[in-house]
Amino acid sequence: MIELRNVSKWFGDFQVLNDCSTKVAKGEVVVVCGPSGSGKSTLIKCVNGLEPFQKGSIEVDGTSVGAKDTNLPELRSHIGMVFQNFELFPHIKVIGNITLAQLKVLQRDEKQAGEKAHALLERVGLLDQADKYPAQLSGGQQQRVAIARALAMDPIAMLFDEPTSALDPEMINEVLDVMVELANDGMTMMVVTHEMGFARKVADRVIFMDEGRIEEDCTKDDFFGTPRGARAQVFLSKILQH
Amino acid sequence: MLGNFDWKVVTDNIPFLWQGMQITLLLTVIAILGGIFLGTLLALSRLSGFKPLSFVAGTYVNFFRSMPLILVIFWFYFLVPLLLGRPVGGFYSVLIAFVLFEAAYYCEIIRAGIQSVREGQVHSGQALGFTYAQNMRYIVLPQAFRNMIPILLTQAIILFQDTSLVYVVGVKDFLVSADLIANRENRVLEMFTIAAAVYFVLCLSGSLFIKRLQRNYVQ
Ligand SMILES: Nc1ncnc2c1ncn2[C@@H]1O[C@H](COP(=O)(O)OP(=O)(O)OP(=O)(O)O)[C@@H](O)[C@H]1O
Ligand SMILES: [Mg+2]
Repeated sequence: MIELRNVSKWFGDFQVLNDCSTKVAKGEVVVVCGPSGSGKSTLIKCVNGLEPFQKGSIEVDGTSVGAKDTNLPELRSHIGMVFQNFELFPHIKVIGNITLAQLKVLQRDEKQAGEKAHALLERVGLLDQADKYPAQLSGGQQQRVAIARALAMDPIAMLFDEPTSALDPEMINEVLDVMVELANDGMTMMVVTHEMGFARKVADRVIFMDEGRIEEDCTKDDFFGTPRGARAQVFLSKILQH
Repeated sequence: MLGNFDWKVVTDNIPFLWQGMQITLLLTVIAILGGIFLGTLLALSRLSGFKPLSFVAGTYVNFFRSMPLILVIFWFYFLVPLLLGRPVGGFYSVLIAFVLFEAAYYCEIIRAGIQSVREGQVHSGQALGFTYAQNMRYIVLPQAFRNMIPILLTQAIILFQDTSLVYVVGVKDFLVSADLIANRENRVLEMFTIAAAVYFVLCLSGSLFIKRLQRNYVQ
């Protein structure tokens, strides 16, 4: 479904991604972790072309992301993305946040889009918040709306960039629960997160990044059992402490 | 001393002054709307990755921002009839001058407004599959303009005052009407006092309104 081959990226002289290769098969859940600044966000943003990359190739569902003639907006409309800071549109009500792209990108009619939005809001437990503005919602609620907004496009895969790290601790689980459910429903997911509980529960594979490199790329059991690199071990012992 | 003022000359001429004020307001409103429209196009051009376009827009903006407004008014007063090959009247020539001149200032305001929208918002729109134009139209510009409301209104007040410069080409705006009456009736002091009072009251209320808006906005 998603395939990265030898992807390298520079910001000026600084190399953020160094020869990264990995695959995410259909229905697979891959967790990406690693220290701050290791390039996780950059890597995941390359997958839907939000960040350009200079070397290597990325294919999503058979389409090359980096190719000049690729219609990126069209490709992105099939890939859901959830951000650390939710990034709901503050000037539009919750319901509008979920219908806007359905109407303008997928050309659904008002009725279809509205029904879809309501069904998804119900699924994330926020049906009663439809007519509020994002700022009136808690962080956890906003992130669940953001997930509903992405799902409304019927994506073939979902990308998450630290979806719970901007949340107060008591709100983390309400978002993780939605994500676990999604994983169990067979969604293809690439998730940057440090929530190892989530990784243990639903991940098929875990990728560990450090200084722009994919240092570990292994099954969940291998990763939590016997990580091969010393850096991954140090990293794991740090985040598993709390 | 104010006791010697002949207020009758003012009250008698209210309809005439109101006609002038209508010209002033019309000029202000059209210059704002036209300036914002053209300014938005200029801002998008300046921000575009297409170098020739941003260069042309940048040159335009820097040119008009380096010109005294009064010169631009004069210039268009003589230039527009030449270009069109027929007289167009002072009003239309100053209208064009104001729109083109204001657009340069609005461009810079709008450019800053667009840049004030966080990158995350842009990414989030892109990730949903919006094209560049859709992202601007539905996500970026609405937020940019909301952030810009106070400064756009401040610019509108400055523009309202600046329209009095049409005096130099004799367009009958509020100030010119007051001046005409002043000379005709030989009541210079009364007319200029009342003109000053009107500008003062309108602009001050405008400023107070903006202050209140900003206070409510911050909360
Ligand atoms: N636009 C940019 N220009 C220059 N450098 C950048 C830019 N964006 C990110 N970087 C740098 O690239 C590196 C990787 O950033 P990235 O955001 O991908 O890391 P991350 O692993 O997601 O970190 P975090 O856990 O803090 O989110 C960092 O050193 C960062 O400073
Ligand atoms: Mg990050």
